[in-house]
Amino acid sequence: MVFDKETMLWLSGNEAIALGAWEAGVKVASGYPGTPSTEIMGNLARYEGVYAEWAPNEKVGLEVAIGACFTGARALATMKHVGLNVAADPLFTAAYTGVRGGLVILNADDPQMHSSQNEQDNRNYAFAAKLPLLEPSDPAEAKEMMIRAYALSEQLDTPVIVRITTRIAHVKGVVKKGTRCELPEPTIEKMPAKLVMLPGNARVRRQAVEKRMEEARRLAETLPENRIEPGSGTRGFITSGVPYNYVKEVFPHAPVLKLGMVWPLPEQMIRTFAASVEELIVVEELDPFIETHLKAMGIACHGKDIIPNQGELNSFIVRKAVDPDSIGALFEPLPLPMRPPNMCAGCPHRGLFYGLSRLKDVFVSGDIGCYTLGFLPPLSAMDACVCMGASVTMAHGMSKALGKSGEGKIVAVLGDSTFMHSGITGLLNAVYNNSYASVIILDNRTTAMTGHQDNPASGRTILGTEAPALDLEQLCRALGVKRVVVVNPHEVEVTRKVLKEEIASPDLSVIISRAPCVLLPEEVRRKKPVYFTNLDNCTGCSLCVQMGCPAISWTPLTPEEAMARGYREKQKGFAQIAEVQCAGCGQCAAVCKFDAITRREEQ
Amino acid sequence: MKQSGNILFSGVGGQGILLASELTAHAQLAAGFDVKKSEVHGMAQRGGSVEAHLRYGEKIYSPLIEPGTADILVAFEILEAVRYLPYLHKDSAVVVNTQKILPPSVALGKAIYPENILDELTARQIKVVAIDAFAVAESVGELRTANVAMVGAMSNFLAVSPEVFLQVIENTVKEQFREVNKKAFAAGRAAVYA
Repeated sequence: MVFDKETMLWLSGNEAIALGAWEAGVKVASGYPGTPSTEIMGNLARYEGVYAEWAPNEKVGLEVAIGACFTGARALATMKHVGLNVAADPLFTAAYTGVRGGLVILNADDPQMHSSQNEQDNRNYAFAAKLPLLEPSDPAEAKEMMIRAYALSEQLDTPVIVRITTRIAHVKGVVKKGTRCELPEPTIEKMPAKLVMLPGNARVRRQAVEKRMEEARRLAETLPENRIEPGSGTRGFITSGVPYNYVKEVFPHAPVLKLGMVWPLPEQMIRTFAASVEELIVVEELDPFIETHLKAMGIACHGKDIIPNQGELNSFIVRKAVDPDSIGALFEPLPLPMRPPNMCAGCPHRGLFYGLSRLKDVFVSGDIGCYTLGFLPPLSAMDACVCMGASVTMAHGMSKALGKSGEGKIVAVLGDSTFMHSGITGLLNAVYNNSYASVIILDNRTTAMTGHQDNPASGRTILGTEAPALDLEQLCRALGVKRVVVVNPHEVEVTRKVLKEEIASPDLSVIISRAPCVLLPEEVRRKKPVYFTNLDNCTGCSLCVQMGCPAISWTPLTPEEAMARGYREKQKGFAQIAEVQCAGCGQCAAVCKFDAITRREEQ
Repeated sequence: MKQSGNILFSGVGGQGILLASELTAHAQLAAGFDVKKSEVHGMAQRGGSVEAHLRYGEKIYSPLIEPGTADILVAFEILEAVRYLPYLHKDSAVVVNTQKILPPSVALGKAIYPENILDELTARQIKVVAIDAFAVAESVGELRTANVAMVGAMSNFLAVSPEVFLQVIENTVKEQFREVNKKAFAAGRAAVYA
């Protein structure tokens, strides 16, 4: 293969999708960051002629895209799989209105939950909402399918879902460059019978949905993205998306029906293919989506009886499932200390969770973000985490269930971006319905977990230009919160005192824990002090170690070693700061009672 | 020239694995191969174990390396070399940076960082090349080039000529860091047989 720089690019799936959207002439795009979908919007925003934005949540993002498509412009909404749950409300009714300009919902599933709280298979949404769904196998196809998706959307008058997974989004491959297509300018056009979904109109559109899906089913039979790749042997595979690669890798000569459009299915093509092989195996990740429909068609096949329905697949799993005798011996893994992710050195969340970890009998209702890592030892200061924004609502529910006995014991913790995503309505509910649960907003001035996207409180747009910054204190007061306190979580002792007081209070209070993420570029650049350990003063109390900072490590000592170092015989070890890793937050110095941690001059 | 191969990069979030795998991918593309590379972002990046899979050949389908088929493992940390043992085969080469980064359980004193753990690899007849990438980087005057020094060390096991790598650095690295990275690559390459 010759990599020709004039015509080819080396892109991740997410970069390729952004390029595909641009080539397809997308004019408006909106989304909320979520691994593995995040980089699509960041890349798309940089293209000429595209308006792209971060929305506070996926429902907002999809509605923005729907509105844009009602003007005849091509529009895109991006989200991770759980984001489509949030956007499901507009999704199901946009299926009825249909579109004017093309509308694509780019949905990124995360089999294996590399960075997610569940691994739902969102192909099921296509079935449930009656929408066509395309599924590419690699970055090159992902780009081309974006262009196809817009053509289909306008041809069939429907939103189209493009479903990718982590192994498209964060896989890099060779992609062919194209050019942006010219489209007519958007206009205002009133078409209430199509766009106003009240029962009388909706019943008519309901029929249009069925008619369109019928047409889509016919179209699927000749769509180039659905293709039979002839081969030799009696065993044939039906597959789609990333698993197609694993089939080709393991059985390069076998006949394959590759489905680029997974809903609706090309039934005639499937029957023809099934009749041409003796044994039919469906290879798909997560749910038996294709398999179930094949079985409903009366076609016998193997599927989830041999292929796992959990976690992501790879060529090894497919090989083992289909041809177990071909597997050779592997080296066994060795038992090694695990290396889970951890809050960074200097992370402001640590100071807050340290405070929470010191409060006995307090239930911490948590949320989705870097700070979910507050669950891990040694801080172990999170007791529940379900979905975006649920910290506040769950805490309220607990307060109502527990009544008097839960007073002073329930606290919700969520990040600034998560609060704006779906915490605000929960807080409104808690105030309105007289909750006593406290709410902590971890305001680190960014959406950190997904790679520092701006948000409505950061004062900047996706392109870094100035934007109005939401005043969280004022908003909370406007919602009716009487007690709003702001703390700097690096001031560990002050924070601990405030937590104690506010959580104990019988009234709902909001504590805003405010300090910027240490990984923000301006924080990385800022000159910071460094702390070091005076080993002579260390008594081995391990209080600093209990903060779980990656820059602090514990060295165990035998009684002889302790005495050789001039410590008491009983001292079990000492803690030490790795200065190269220290981010200068000073939290450890604040908890040390023995003057063993000292600030070096700024450098 | 070898017609296909699998290179696994492993280490700890923040060690520069993505840049190292990126340079290698560009070198393989320049050598005329099809290439796919797989990474994981998001929560996995916060100081946890990270990996990048790179596969090259005439036509690559799967973006993931199968267990037992990694020809080269480039490990940026000792434990992260041994963790990927099931991916290796008896003819694999492991290029490992001798840096130790303590996992949280070790830093908390709840677990021990195993001593001489690389012996587990050599005991299985796997070729292990241990280099002190920080010392190499220091010798060229920029500690942050340790990852490129690792690429240099690894390049000894690839048929792609070092000139191709140097050209890739020329094309992809910002001007002010180009020369020092070229030096780090050359020093890393030389470190293997030093």
